[in-house]
Amino acid sequence: MHDANTKSGLFTPGNIITGIILAVGAVITFIRFTQGIGAVTNLSDNNPWGIWIGFDLLCGVALAAGGYVTSAACYLFGMKRYHSAVRPAITTAFLGYFFVVVALHYDLGHPLRLPYPLVYSQGTTSLLFEVGLCVATYLTVLFVEWSPAALEWLGLRKIRNVVVKLTLMLTIFGVVLSTLHQSSLGALFLIAPGKLHPLWYSSFLPVFFFISSMVAGLSMVIFEGTLAHRGLHHKMDETHLKEAEGVVFGFGKAASFVLAGYFFIKIMDIAMDNDWAYLATGYGAWFLVEMFGFVALPSFLYALGVREKNIILVRVASIFAVLGIVVNRFNVSLIAFNWNLPAADRYFPHWMEIGVSVFIVTLIITVYRFIATRMPVLYEHPEYKDAH
Amino acid sequence: MNRRRFLTLLGTAGVSTAMSAVGAKKAVAAGNQSFKGYKDSYGVLHDTTRCIGCRKCEQGCNEVNDLPAPKVKFDDLTVLEKSRRTDPDNWTVVNKYNVAGLDHPVFRKQQCNHCLEPACASACFVKAFTKNPDGSVTYDGSLCVGCRYCMIACPFNVPTFQYDEPFDPLIRKCTMCHPRIQEGKLPGCVEACPKEALTFGKRDDLLRIARDRIRTNPGRYQDHIYGELEMGGTAWMYLAGVPFEAVGQQEMGSKSAPEYTAGALGSVPMVVGIWPVLLTGAYAISKRKEKVAAEEREEAVQAALAKAKADAESAMNSALAKAAKEKDAAVAREVKKAMEQAEQAFEEKFAALRAEGQSAETGDDGEGKEDA
Repeated sequence: MHDANTKSGLFTPGNIITGIILAVGAVITFIRFTQGIGAVTNLSDNNPWGIWIGFDLLCGVALAAGGYVTSAACYLFGMKRYHSAVRPAITTAFLGYFFVVVALHYDLGHPLRLPYPLVYSQGTTSLLFEVGLCVATYLTVLFVEWSPAALEWLGLRKIRNVVVKLTLMLTIFGVVLSTLHQSSLGALFLIAPGKLHPLWYSSFLPVFFFISSMVAGLSMVIFEGTLAHRGLHHKMDETHLKEAEGVVFGFGKAASFVLAGYFFIKIMDIAMDNDWAYLATGYGAWFLVEMFGFVALPSFLYALGVREKNIILVRVASIFAVLGIVVNRFNVSLIAFNWNLPAADRYFPHWMEIGVSVFIVTLIITVYRFIATRMPVLYEHPEYKDAH
Repeated sequence: MNRRRFLTLLGTAGVSTAMSAVGAKKAVAAGNQSFKGYKDSYGVLHDTTRCIGCRKCEQGCNEVNDLPAPKVKFDDLTVLEKSRRTDPDNWTVVNKYNVAGLDHPVFRKQQCNHCLEPACASACFVKAFTKNPDGSVTYDGSLCVGCRYCMIACPFNVPTFQYDEPFDPLIRKCTMCHPRIQEGKLPGCVEACPKEALTFGKRDDLLRIARDRIRTNPGRYQDHIYGELEMGGTAWMYLAGVPFEAVGQQEMGSKSAPEYTAGALGSVPMVVGIWPVLLTGAYAISKRKEKVAAEEREEAVQAALAKAKADAESAMNSALAKAAKEKDAAVAREVKKAMEQAEQAFEEKFAALRAEGQSAETGDDGEGKEDA
C-alpha cells in the first residue's frame, strides 16, 4: 500500500484530478492577483459578496464547527467514548479555518491589510470586527489544540506534554470563540433588513447561525468519517475503529435533536414576524424546500437511522444536513439577499470563482491526507498511548 | 447611542486590552440618548418636482472631483432611458421614472445620502468611514481592507468598489464635497443645478424649507420628507410629487443601522463572561459524575469483597464445625466400636470360661471359678 502510494501509484485517477484542479487554481490565482477581483468574478456594486464569502467563509466556518462540538462533547461534557473522534475533528477544523483565511485573501481588495482591524484601526462597532477577532483567535487556539499531533510526529515530547495540559482551557476558549463568531456570521446580515428576504431576515439570525453550526459540526464529523473510512482506513487504530460506530450513532442522535429544535425556532420566527404570507410566494416555496428537505428530513433520517442502528442511513442523513447548511448560507448571503433587485442585477458566480472554491477545498483535502497519513490523527501514537 | 453603549460594555467588561482602550476613551460619551446628528450639520434637499433630468449635477460632480471623462457625454440624455446606479467613476446619477397617471417623467438624483448614523461607518471594521461634523460621510482609503461589508450594509446601495483595480482597489462614493464645504463652497452638484432642484443648507433649515413647500403648495408634494427619519435620518433629503416607491426609494424604517446590530454586539461581553462559567460547570458536573461513579464502583467492589470474605468465613466456620462434629462423631463411633469390641471380647471370654468351667465341673469345681 505504501509502496503503491509512493511510486507506481502517483498517477492514480484521484491524483491526476487533484493535480489538474491545483494547476487550474494556480492559474486563476495568478490572474486574480495581477488583474484584480473584477477579472475573475461576477461581483458588482450591487452584489459585493459572492460565493467566496457565501461558500468559502460562511460554509467553511460552519462546516469546521466539528472541532468545538467534538472537543466540547469529549472534554467538557465527559463523553469519553468520542475521544478518538477529537483529533480528526480538530485537524479538519484547523485546516478549515486556516483555508477560510487563505480564501479570504482572494476576496479582499487589500489582502495584506487583513491584520489592520486587529492591530491598527479597530472598528469595534462592526460585527465583522467581532468575526475577525474571534476567527483570528480561534485559529490560534485550534493550532495549539492540533499541535500535539505534529509534536508527537516530530518527537518533541516536552512541548507536547505542556500543550496537552492546556486541553481543558483551550476547549473552553474554543467554545466561547465559536459561539461568538458562528453567531456573528449570521449577525453580519442584521444590518441589512431591507436587502434580505423577510423569510430569512430575523433578529435571531445569530442564534440560527450558532444552532445550525452545531448541526454542521456534528454532521461533518459523520460525513468526514465516511470519507476517511474509504481512503484512510489503514491508518485507523483499533480504538478508533471500535469507537467509530458509537461516534456515528451518538452524533447522529444529537444532530437529530438539534435539527428538530432548529426547525421549531425557525418556524416560531416566521410566526413572530408574521411572515406567513410570504410562504405562498416563490421564495416561500424555496424556504419550505430548505426547511423540510434540508432540516426536517435529515432530522428524521438521523432519528430513524439511530433507532434502527442503520449506519448507512445516518450517513445519508449527514449528507442532507451538510447540504442543508450550504443551502442556508447561500440563501442568506446570495439567493435571498438583494431579492428586491431586478433579475438582471442579480449575481451568479463566474466559473473562476467556483474554480477558486474548488481549488481551496482540494487543498484542504490534500493537506488533510498529508497530515493523516503521517501524524497520529486517526490512531494514537504508540509512545503516547493513554497519555492524552 | 447603541454603538457607544456597546463600547462602554466592552470597556467595562474588559474583553481585551485593545478593545477596552477604545471603549474607555468613548465611554464618557455613552448614555441612554440616541444620536440625532451633529448640531448645525449640513445637508441637501432634493426637490424631485423641480428636477428636469439635465445631468448637469453629474457633470458638476465629475469636474469638481476630478473623475475620469465619461464614456457618454453629459449632455447626451439618452442614457436616461436605462436605469443606472453609481459606480467608482460616477458618484451621482440621475434616473428617469415613468410614473403611471403622470403625463411627464419624474427624475431623481442619487448619491450618498450621508446618514446621521451611517451604516457603512457602523459596519466598517477598520473605521475607514467618518461622519464629519459638517454632515458628510467620508472615507479613508489608506485603512480600507477591501472587504466590501460597507456595500452590504448600505441600505441605499451607495458605496462602489474598484473591482478592476488589481493593486489598490478602493471604495468610491460621494463625499458631499467635504473639502469644498470646508472651503465654504457648495457641493459640485448643487452648484451646477440650473433649476434649484438641489438646496444646500443646515439640515434643520432644510427640514423647515421642505415643510414650507409642502404646506404652501397643496397637491404638489407627498406629505413625506424622505430622509427625515429613514434609517435614523439622512443629510440628503427628498421631496416628491409621487409616492417615493415610484421613484425607486424603498420604504425604510426609522431605525438607524447600529440599532439593528446593537443587540448582537451587546451580547458579546455576556457570552465572554458567562460561557466559561457554564462550561466549567459542565466540566465539573461531568467530572463529579465520573468521581461519584468511581466511588460507587469502589464501594460496590468493597462491599462485594466484604461479602465474599464473610461468606467465605462462614463457609469455613460451618465446614470447621461440621468437621469437628464429624470428628466427635467418629471418636464416639470409635469408642463405641471399641466398647462393643471390648464387650464382645469379654462376652466371648466369659463364654469360653464358662464353657471351660462346665467342663471342669465335670472333673473339678466349676462353681468356684465362676465366683472369682
